[in-house]
Formats: sequence, C-alpha cells, structure tokens
Amino acid sequence: MHEPHREHRLAADQPPASTLFEKIWRQHLIVPGDHSLLAIDRIFLHERTGSIALRGLRERGQPVRNRAQVFCTIDHIVDTRPGRGDDTPVPNGRDFIRQTRAAAHEAGIRLFDVTDPDQGIVHVISPELALALPGLTIVCPDSHTCTQGGIGALAWGIGSTEAEHALATGTLRLKKPQTLRVSFDGALSTAVGAKDLCLLLISRHGAAGGSGKVIEFAGSAVRALEIEARLTLCNMATEFSAVSGLIAPDDRTFEYLCERRFAPRGTLWDMALEQWRRLPSDADAVFDQEIRIDSGDLAPMITWGTSPQHAIRVTDRVPDAEHSGSSREAHARALAYMRVAPGEPMTSLRIDAAFIGSCTNGRIADLRSAARILDGRHVAPGVYALCVPGSSAVKRQAEAEGLDRVFKSAGFEWRDAGCSLCFYAGGEDLGLGKRVVSSTNRNFEGRQGPGTRTHIASPATVAASAVRGHIADARTLAP
Amino acid sequence: MTGRPFETLTALAAPLLRDNIDTDTIIPSREIKSVGKHGLAQGLFAGWRYQGAGREPDPQFILNQVPYAQAQILLAGRNFGCGSSREHAVWALCEYGIRAIVAQSFAPIFFENCVNNGLLAAALPAAALHALADAILAAPQLHPLTLDLQHSELRTPSTGAIPFAIDPDARERLLEGLDAIALTLKNIADIDTFHGRDRRLRPWVYLRQCP
Repeated sequence: MHEPHREHRLAADQPPASTLFEKIWRQHLIVPGDHSLLAIDRIFLHERTGSIALRGLRERGQPVRNRAQVFCTIDHIVDTRPGRGDDTPVPNGRDFIRQTRAAAHEAGIRLFDVTDPDQGIVHVISPELALALPGLTIVCPDSHTCTQGGIGALAWGIGSTEAEHALATGTLRLKKPQTLRVSFDGALSTAVGAKDLCLLLISRHGAAGGSGKVIEFAGSAVRALEIEARLTLCNMATEFSAVSGLIAPDDRTFEYLCERRFAPRGTLWDMALEQWRRLPSDADAVFDQEIRIDSGDLAPMITWGTSPQHAIRVTDRVPDAEHSGSSREAHARALAYMRVAPGEPMTSLRIDAAFIGSCTNGRIADLRSAARILDGRHVAPGVYALCVPGSSAVKRQAEAEGLDRVFKSAGFEWRDAGCSLCFYAGGEDLGLGKRVVSSTNRNFEGRQGPGTRTHIASPATVAASAVRGHIADARTLAP
Repeated sequence: MTGRPFETLTALAAPLLRDNIDTDTIIPSREIKSVGKHGLAQGLFAGWRYQGAGREPDPQFILNQVPYAQAQILLAGRNFGCGSSREHAVWALCEYGIRAIVAQSFAPIFFENCVNNGLLAAALPAAALHALADAILAAPQLHPLTLDLQHSELRTPSTGAIPFAIDPDARERLLEGLDAIALTLKNIADIDTFHGRDRRLRPWVYLRQCP
C-alpha cells in the first residue's frame, strides 16, 4: 500500500534529465552541500605516492575503513629489465617498494607485488581485473586515474593527503565539478585512433581547456572505439586539466568486463548489468559546456613542444609563434628546449630513441598496432627502442601471440611490466639532449630525463618513426 | 593534515609568469628520494634552478636572483601545477619557504593539495597579474605584497586593494587550518547509514576481504 506511493515520490524527486556523471554523483552522495561528502568505492595505491598515504594514516593511528575496497600495486619505479626483484636503478627505489609492501600488509590490503602475475601499471590492471566497473567512484593518488572513465567509472587523481582521507573515511569531500561533453563525430581511418583524438582536442583548446570539469566523451567515433582505446582517450583528460573524463558504458563494455577476475558473478552480475544500463546520459541531459569535433579527417598527431597542447599533424611543420596557440615567450622556450625551428617539417626530425608503453598506450591493442608496422622491419641504426608492456598479463598475452618476437626481431628491447621510462626518477634515462618519440602522455621539460626531448604520439607513429630513424607518418609504412 | 592557519602574509613575490608550470618541473621525480614529505626543498625547480646536471645555481632563474631568493610568494601564469598528482610539489614549495602562489589559474589536484597543506593558492586575472609583476620587477623593495585571506584581497604599498578569487570552502579551511579527516569523521553516522543502504542497493560493488 505504501510502496507505490514511495516509488512515485522517488520518481518525482528524480531530475528529469541527467548526465552520466550526475547519475554517478547522485548515487554516491552522502552529505550534500557546497562541498559534498561523496562515497568512494575503490582506492588504488602505488609505491610512489600510496606508501606515503598509508604511512600518514598509521601515524594518525587511523585504520583503513574498507580494506576490501583498497588495492595496491608496484609499478612506478620497479625495474622493468628481466629477472627483476626489489632492486631498481632508481636511487632508494628499493625503500619505496619494501616500505609499500610492509605498509600494505600491515593495513591488510591486497597488494599486486613485483612477482604477482597480476602486477602492472595501476591504470592498466584495474580494468583488466574488473576492479574498475561502470558507475563506481574510484580514486588513486595518481593523476592518470581518469583512465578508468573508459569503462564508465567516475575516477580521478588525488593527492596523498586526500588519499589518507579516502582510506580513513571511505569518502571524499568535493565541490561538484561542471560538465563538458566532447563529441567526436566522423569515422576514423585505420591509421589513427584515440591518442590522436585526445592530442587533437588538447591542441585546439589548450592544456587548461577542460580545467576543473568532468568530461563525457561522446559521438559516433567514440562509440566505435574498442574499450582499450576508450581507456587511452580518458587517460589524457588530466592533460586537459579536467577532473576526469568518462564514456557511457555499453554492450562492448559489459562484454569486456564479463568474467574478469573481480567482476561480479551470477545474480550480482545481472543486478549490476541492470543498473549499468541506466547509467548513460539521458538524451535531453544538459551539459555546462559542449565541444564538437569532426574526426572524419583526423591525421596522426605528434607534439613538437613541451606541453601536450603543442600537438600538430605528423605531416605538419613546427608552427611559428603566431600559430602556436601559446604566448611568444612559451613558444620560444619550447623551441629552444626541443631544438626545433618554426617551419621545420616534423618528419625531418631525426630521433635517438623510441618508447612504447605506459598507462596511456601499454595495452595489448597498442602493442598489436605497433607490431603490425614492425613486422618484418628493423629500427633504424642508432635508434634505441624499447617496449614495456603495461601489465604482466599484457606481456603474457603478447608473448602468446608472438608479438615479443616481432619487437625483438625489429631491434626493440622487450621488458617486464611497469611505468618505466614514461618518467625519469633518477634511474634509467634516455640521455641529455636525446630526441625520443614516445607513446606516453607528457612531453614536459625533463619528464623523461634532464634535457631529454620528448615527442608524444600513438604507438603506430612511434613504431614507424623507430623504423625510419626520424619522425614518420605510419600511413607510409602500412603493413 | 592541514598546515598552520593562514591569515595575512606580507612578503616579496617572485614573478614566474609562465603558463602550464607542471609538477614535474616544480619537483622532478628524480628529486623524490625517500618515502616521506621532507628533504624536498633542494629539489624544488631543480631543472630550472641549477645548471646542467649538478647543483650550480643558474643565475637566469628568478629564485637565484637578489632579492627574489627571499621571496615567499610566487606569481605564475595559467594552469599552475598541472600534470602529476604528486603532493611532493606542494611539500617542496612549503619546505623551501613559499607560503602563497598567485596565478591565473591552478590545476585541480594541485589546488586541493595546496589547501591540504596550508599553502594559499589565489587566482588573479591575467591583466592584474601582469601589472603586478611589472611593478614588482621595476622596484621589488617598493612592492612587498600583502595577501589578506580574510578579505580575499591583495595589495602593495603603491596599489589599492585588488580582490583575488579563491573557493570559499578552501578559504575557510585555510583560515582555520581545519583537519579534513577529523571534520569528516564527525559525519561517521551518515557514512555508516549510507554504506548500510548501499550494500543492499549495490551489493556487487562490495568485494570480500582478501585473506
């Protein structure tokens, strides 16, 4: 008798049209306010920043509230050369690994340790293991946590102090971000993909273009992306200064997650699926801002400068100040650091190194796309090339498919899983003044080592450039 | 944990008006040498501050110049603190002696990290920022900068009060030096109620404890 009445009231309370983000936000709202208290479903930690959060918590004498929802991995400074243990070329790296392990054990949380078959980069293993699921709130003291938006989770990077808060309370207090829908419409040609889409977006709207917003990526080109490519697209939301990026889950998402290690099973799966199907933004939902991009004539993109916004088509020339989208001073600094000149064709730049891996492009689809170009070819003389799978599972899968042989025959080093040379932590580096084409996410000054000049691009562009010995258009090296 | 409460600061400001100064630049990963929040000041801006691979100060970098070596405030451009979430960037700034940053805008994770450590991050429009930087660079000793958080305004002896922008919640937390975890634990009953209900609504979210 009371039930229909209550349901009617709930329906009346339901806003008429909501975005995917708003639905997830509402589901997790504990105490509304200017800064609302939001429930956090999953917390991930790694040895670089998570160890500090766990230590801070211990110093407070505060336990982890929901231990079963917290996971830790060793990815950032672990050695990626074969036969690794706790020793790493990073100074004091072993301390980070051992202290993280001890803190994880003490806190009673699950650790994917150095030799665990499920070890890997945190943002690669969490969807791989279905720890990340649609509609969840996920945080990690790491800016690329937004990667998980690719499966329809609301996931974002936080600081170590916020991580302490999330661990202690199972919540975070935050101001509701504004929403931005970025629609990519127009079928992608085979030589381009998610990496090119996000570089195009950031080049057009600047590295602060999504500042403080939650982005929903939509449009026909996004719907057509495989899950791994969606993870790549959302991964770069932080380079756009967004809080996060996410994509509505669909049948492709559900198929990807089904029966993975931590995915719900049986009736729980059916219940989850029924809830996930209600997540996508309502047709008449309103976003605070909209950006529409025609992706039909997308070309492979690459950065020429020291910010992800310094991206152009691989067939373009280095822009002059007027067309760079940056201030005259920033443009001049970037040119000097990268040792490039306005008007220089990108494809004329000789390279010293090529890197394939990272949370952006270290998944099996990325390795396959590079291997298609490398098959039967060899890297140019003088080019140091390495491939670092994003997770131990990706490495095993690649080896099962024979991709490791393709990479090795082409002259690439074949490594164990980890973040590796995506950033320089004082261990391995690529060398002062060396020019590298990298499938990573940041081309900041010094990111891959003091004086190292980084051009970020898709795995296909990295592979093609390694073969040519200079920045190259992968379309000229089609399999 | 938050730092000491922030009220009013009068100090020299060093103009570093570049856009997109990232946290790798503020504290390169190679300068993070131990598990902890200390020992980071020497690594602050290491790539800009030192020449080559050693520790020879680069005289071109503003914090190596008289009088800016004494600065406790930084002026910066758009999107300050973008990139990595590493809170080490804020710990390094604080340990070095920087107590406030006035920039055109801040990256979201960095901003939150500032508030959690008592570092004021105040936003100012580009034109006001450039005028302020020009005045300071022309005569630094005549332009100590006062940041008045109570009134959300800044001033120098030669300029009137200029309002700056800061999120009201962040302002309150800075003013009072509030401990966020202690505050949230006051809502523990709400949190317990939420989780009790949510476990019934979304049981598939909750994993079993690992052995």
